[in-house]
Amino acid sequence: MSANFLDSLRALLLAILLAAAFAAPALAGPFEDAVAKFANDDFSDTDEAIGAVATSGNPLAFPIISALQEGRLSADPDTKKVFVTQADGKVIDAATGAAVDKLPDNAAAVRLNNRLRRAVEAALGGLTLLSPDPAKRIAAAQSVFKSHEESALVVIDGALAKETNKSVKAAFAEARAAILLYKSDATEVEKLEAVAVVKARGDQEAMALLTGLGSDLPPNVARAVASAIASIQSNLQMWSMVQYAWYGLSLGSVLLLAAIGLAITFGVMGVINMAHGEMVMLGAYTTFVVQEVIRSNYPGLFDYSLLIAVPLAFLVAGAVGVAIERGIIRFLYGRPLETLLATWGLSLVLQQAVRTAFGPTNREVGNPSWMSGAFELGQITITYNRLWILCFTLAVFVILLAMLRYTALGLEMRAVTQNRRMAASMGIATSRVDALTFGLGSGIAGIAGVALSQIDNVSPNLGQSYIIDSFMVVVFGGVGNLWGTLVGAFTLGIANKFLEPVAGAVLGKIAILVLIILFIQKRPRGLFALKGRAVEA
Amino acid sequence: MLTKLTHDIVTLSRRRWLAATAGLVLGLAAFSNAKAQETIKVGVLHSLSGTMAISETTLKDTILFLIEEQNKKGGVLGKKLEPVVVDPASNWPLFAEKARELITKDKVSVVFGCWTSVSRKSVLPVFKELNSILFYPVQYEGEESERNVFYTGAAPNQQAIPAVDYLMKDEKVKRWVLAGTDYVYPRTTNKILEAYLKSKGVKQEDIMINYTPFGHSDWQTIVADIKKFGSAGKKTAVVSTINGDANVPFYKELGNQGIKATDIPVVAFSVGEEELAGIDTKPLLGHLAAWNYFQSIKSPENEKFIKAWQAYTKNPKRVTNDPMEAHVIGFDMWVKAVEKVKSTDPDKVIDALPGIEAKNLTGGTSKMLPNHHITKPVFIGEIKANGQFDVVWKTPGLVAGDAWSKELEGSKDLIGDWVGKKCGNYNTKTNKCGGQGS
Repeated sequence: MSANFLDSLRALLLAILLAAAFAAPALAGPFEDAVAKFANDDFSDTDEAIGAVATSGNPLAFPIISALQEGRLSADPDTKKVFVTQADGKVIDAATGAAVDKLPDNAAAVRLNNRLRRAVEAALGGLTLLSPDPAKRIAAAQSVFKSHEESALVVIDGALAKETNKSVKAAFAEARAAILLYKSDATEVEKLEAVAVVKARGDQEAMALLTGLGSDLPPNVARAVASAIASIQSNLQMWSMVQYAWYGLSLGSVLLLAAIGLAITFGVMGVINMAHGEMVMLGAYTTFVVQEVIRSNYPGLFDYSLLIAVPLAFLVAGAVGVAIERGIIRFLYGRPLETLLATWGLSLVLQQAVRTAFGPTNREVGNPSWMSGAFELGQITITYNRLWILCFTLAVFVILLAMLRYTALGLEMRAVTQNRRMAASMGIATSRVDALTFGLGSGIAGIAGVALSQIDNVSPNLGQSYIIDSFMVVVFGGVGNLWGTLVGAFTLGIANKFLEPVAGAVLGKIAILVLIILFIQKRPRGLFALKGRAVEA
Repeated sequence: MLTKLTHDIVTLSRRRWLAATAGLVLGLAAFSNAKAQETIKVGVLHSLSGTMAISETTLKDTILFLIEEQNKKGGVLGKKLEPVVVDPASNWPLFAEKARELITKDKVSVVFGCWTSVSRKSVLPVFKELNSILFYPVQYEGEESERNVFYTGAAPNQQAIPAVDYLMKDEKVKRWVLAGTDYVYPRTTNKILEAYLKSKGVKQEDIMINYTPFGHSDWQTIVADIKKFGSAGKKTAVVSTINGDANVPFYKELGNQGIKATDIPVVAFSVGEEELAGIDTKPLLGHLAAWNYFQSIKSPENEKFIKAWQAYTKNPKRVTNDPMEAHVIGFDMWVKAVEKVKSTDPDKVIDALPGIEAKNLTGGTSKMLPNHHITKPVFIGEIKANGQFDVVWKTPGLVAGDAWSKELEGSKDLIGDWVGKKCGNYNTKTNKCGGQGS
């Protein structure tokens, strides 16, 4: 953007401010009164104050309103003085702009509720339309689009004429169209043009704007609005299919992540491990401990906390897994019922142990900045945490697959699973391999816990909610087959997400369960059944 | 972290050891001089393990705290109070078993307990059969008034209806999403709310009802649906009866999908200070909760209580919440009733309780009503960045709890009156005792 353009923008802003300043007869009058209203701690007074300050044209208007939005505007209830704490910590008197040494002791932040927050957003939208930062101008245009406040029309028209940035210009045009649509004295031609602009935008906001229009429109406009709504609707319908598919993939990745460790312990070793969910929980609590340490000692490393937690969670859960195998499970091989009961009891013990150590309430695990928020892809919203979890799951899957295929331990594991006695005769220490395999499965469950801590509660009950789903995935996919687990997880995830909007979350879950039972009747060994000698072993 | 942990374990075991010694000393003393050391036993029936431990453990601590405070003041009727704590482990049939154990084996005079409605329903027959007293501290769906139960939490007209009124008047909400966990409390509350909204002229197509299983964690579709429902050009709000754990991923998904409270506010009936302790609350700024108590409310009683509670738990950050306040009121009322009739005999105490008044922590005085519910103020709070609530609205006075909802066809003629009519479901149309829920 050229410096020239910036200059002219500033000039325009100054001109508007000056005009407004001259329009107000005396400087000590209405603005100060309006500002003083912030000190009344009454929502309707604050509302009036926002309106009066925003339209006052006083250069302090923008700092005051933005301070209000960010909770930096405080008021002294006794002296009725209002203060702005600037971003650098300096305090100024809101009415005069004069610097103040420090906030009075009894000054409290001016309170907002949702109605006022909307008023603040609308006011800021009007005030930042001329900001030198294009991103801010777009944000301002968006908030004008939402509020379609008539008073912003003059500024928008002026800004639109001067604007050179293409995307800002489009946003301004949309905001202008929104205002015209709701402006009672706009001509029919203007309104028809506005409908076309909003239709081209084509998202849910546009939809909201059009459906919110009253019924008192000229017939031509009403017809155009109806057809625009229909076209946006069909467009959104198509996108929502894409969205369901994405949600399905995302749910599938969570299922896969939870089930992949079980695919090793149950799928490969045949141990019904009811304490699998608790390994996931241990991983999540490891993340919590790592974050606590980082928070109190190395706050700068917070964004890396998950990367640090992954290997630690693997070690913690893996070590517990090896201990369980050595201490309990190895005495119970070949007795599935006893294994089931013993591991079930163990899961309760682990839960209660964690409850005693960390307390029964949820623990806060924060999202690093790269895991929060979302971006728009066409008309769908993709949240970063889900996207990263999908990538992470696939990475874990590939690494695990490679490990089983290309390492000595992987070879031994496969050998022991396929024919234990033959493997033993070849000199493989089968009991050591058993312990390591179980440790590997548990360790992967621990890694899953790191990822799940980002989307679920970190509480002692975390594991329980995943154990049934994990077994479902492994059985459905085919016991003993990692690819089966992959396909099974994504199939169940996508089926669930397409059923949910039709049947509701509760019925959807039941339907999936019934479908799996029917499927297992038909193919008792799941999607990808193992063939050959291993099956009989 | 680790040092804090070991500290916790040490204090815990020290406390246990102390309790054990105290028990032993008491036992010995009782042996030598049975009369002077006679105690009044108070049963505590809250889950300390399992799913509900997250919410109920705090309530157990609250009662232990209140008993300790009362004993410092000399106990009740000159006798010390002695807590009997059992763990029903979030297992509904076990609640009934443990209740029976408390009443018959431990011979407690009163029980403070239960959280979920299903646990309350499962202990009801036991309390009726053995004629004892239960104080139930949690907001619930109403449609019940039992002689042996005192409901110190909110009935729907003390929480849900005022919240909807606020949204209608102040936020001008025209479209409603009623989202809840799939069990009796959300289903009944939503039935009441639906009837209420329709009576206010809201059309069927402007109400969306959605239920999810306990512990639901994948909210993507539902949040997207809410977003879609909210883009119909009318102001939309979500009324959430989502319970417990499922709230955290729900709010996270709302934040991630960019739904701000200024666009679609969520008003929750089961989210309090304790639940927010596990979430980063910045994205939740401005979402609402309706309760009869907030920790942030400024009153001398509340400040005193918070200070004493944090000293008792040795945790300066320990939060307080609404069901805790309900126990504070209930406990105070029970003590007053026992002192009034100078006996812990259940029949006498039950008859004495209606009409008893106790200070609540928000600066008012709650009263036990003949229907065994109490009067409470209703507050709407907005979530602040520090995990506390900022009260944005409150009812002008105290609201009397309705045992039977006036909005529902089957219950609008019923009242509970254990003083005059001696009946929990008296039909004012037919002038007969009995009807729904008998």
